[in-house]
Parts: sequence; structure tokens; C-alpha cells
Amino acid sequence: MSHGAHKDKVAAKLGMWLFLFTELLLFGGLFILYAVYLARYPREFSGAGRQLDLVFGAVNTVVLITSSLLAAMAVTAVKRGERRLTITLLSGTLGCAAIFLVIKYLEWSAKISHGIFPGSAKLLAGAPGESVFFGLYYLTTGLHGLHVLIGAALLGWICAKVQSGAIHAGENIALENATLYWHLVDLVWIFIFPLYYLIL
Amino acid sequence: MTTDGAEHIVGYKKLTAVWVALLLLTVATVLITRVELGAGKVWAALAIACLKSGLVIAFFMHMKYESRLFQIILAVALFTLAIFIGLTFFDVLYR
Repeated sequence: MSHGAHKDKVAAKLGMWLFLFTELLLFGGLFILYAVYLARYPREFSGAGRQLDLVFGAVNTVVLITSSLLAAMAVTAVKRGERRLTITLLSGTLGCAAIFLVIKYLEWSAKISHGIFPGSAKLLAGAPGESVFFGLYYLTTGLHGLHVLIGAALLGWICAKVQSGAIHAGENIALENATLYWHLVDLVWIFIFPLYYLIL
Repeated sequence: MTTDGAEHIVGYKKLTAVWVALLLLTVATVLITRVELGAGKVWAALAIACLKSGLVIAFFMHMKYESRLFQIILAVALFTLAIFIGLTFFDVLYR
């Protein structure tokens, strides 16, 4: 406290949680849209949902859960002062993020090559419920993918700060907050997976 | 519990146990939705998703070890979302 700002860890974390609640309501809105349209077009949603690849969805679920584990372990490692291990664990999380995005890319390209994308001739000619389903699919997984990208960039930056020694056992709130964001990305996927890939 | 300098650390073993539980629940949700249960499988899948979220929030996000203030604002946020969902369906289903 002799010079500069006094850092309040609890306040920093509280601020992060408040931000996460806004994210929760953002994705919550998309899930409400999905639920309302599912109630209106149950048959079309069922037909469209079965076109999604369960294997892609399931593998990505495992990848994200594992990435979350590594991120949570990184917090434990940094608090115990294990710098090298922290960097290894964060790199693991980044690796999982990359795998997730590659799988998402493969999945989207397969759909697009089949003529399924917002505004495509195939969807415009089909039932309205089907184009609503795929519109929501691209919006929700696209917004989620953007969050994966942002979260990975954030963790990469944090990883560099651990490397340089700016983040260590006594000063790790930035790492903790970045992993909180990462877990939110995992949480959203925990709901996207059953809603889009399983229940239809 | 969250006083300065005495922060709680979750051990690797406990985190790994949570990860195993999450994987098992993922398998369970895939298997249960392969069975034709009608609307039942929607509720079953959502219940499992809520359980998984609870594990992630409690252990990976340390909510179990945070102060009461954090737990209260989480409850307020979830309650708000529940109101949004409830009122939306109250409108949509009885229109």
C-alpha cells in the first residue's frame, strides 16, 4: 500500500462474476428463443436436429470439460507457486481450445457444403421451422465459438504473464478471473450440447 | 474463509474427481437421450446439464469456497433468468 493502487482481490473477483452474469443472461436469451421455437415447431426441430453430428458434439464436450479441468488445475498450481506446471496446464487448455475450434470448423463446413447456412436456397425452400433451427444453431454456436476464441486469447496473454513472472503465487487474480471466463464458456456448451445434439 | 493471504486451494485430486464425474454425466446424458422417452428425455437431459453446471460452478469456479455474498448474487442472477424463462412461457403457452 506504500505506493500505487491497493489491490482488492475480492472486489476484482466480484466484478468478474457480475460480468459473467451478463453473459449468462445473453446466452439465456438465446436458449429462451430456442425453447419457444422448439415448442412452436417440434417436428421441424426434430428433423433438423437429427442432421447434426452427435460425434462432433460429444467429442467437443469432452474437449471442453478437459480444458476446464486443466484451467482449474492451473489456478491450484499458481497458488502453490508451481510456475512451470501452471504454464504447462494453461498450454493444455489452449490446445483444447484449438481442437474445439478445428472440430467446429469441420462441422460447419460439412453443413455449409450440404447447402445448410442462413439464407441458403435449400433452407429457404424448406419448412420455416427448419431455417429457424439452423439460424439459431449458427447464432448460438457462433457466439459461443467467439467466446472460445476470446477466452483462448485471454489465457494466452495470462500464460505469457506467468512466464514473465508478473503473475505468481501472491498475485494471481488475473489468472483466476480469466479461468472463470473460460469455465463460463464450458458452462454454455454444457447446455448447447443436449439442446441441439441430443434431445431432438 | 476469503481473508487475505489465506485463500482456499482446491487439490488436484478433487478437481480430477469432478472431471471424472462430468465425463460420466456426459455419457449418461447421451445414453438416456438415445431412449425414446418423449418429453421425458428433454427434462432428463436438462436435469443432467444443471447437475454438471453445479459441479463446474462449485468446484472449478470455486463457488463452494467463496463468501456468502458471491453465493447470494449467483442465486439472484439464476432467479432472474428463471423469471425470464417462466414469464416467457407463461405468455407463449397461453396466448
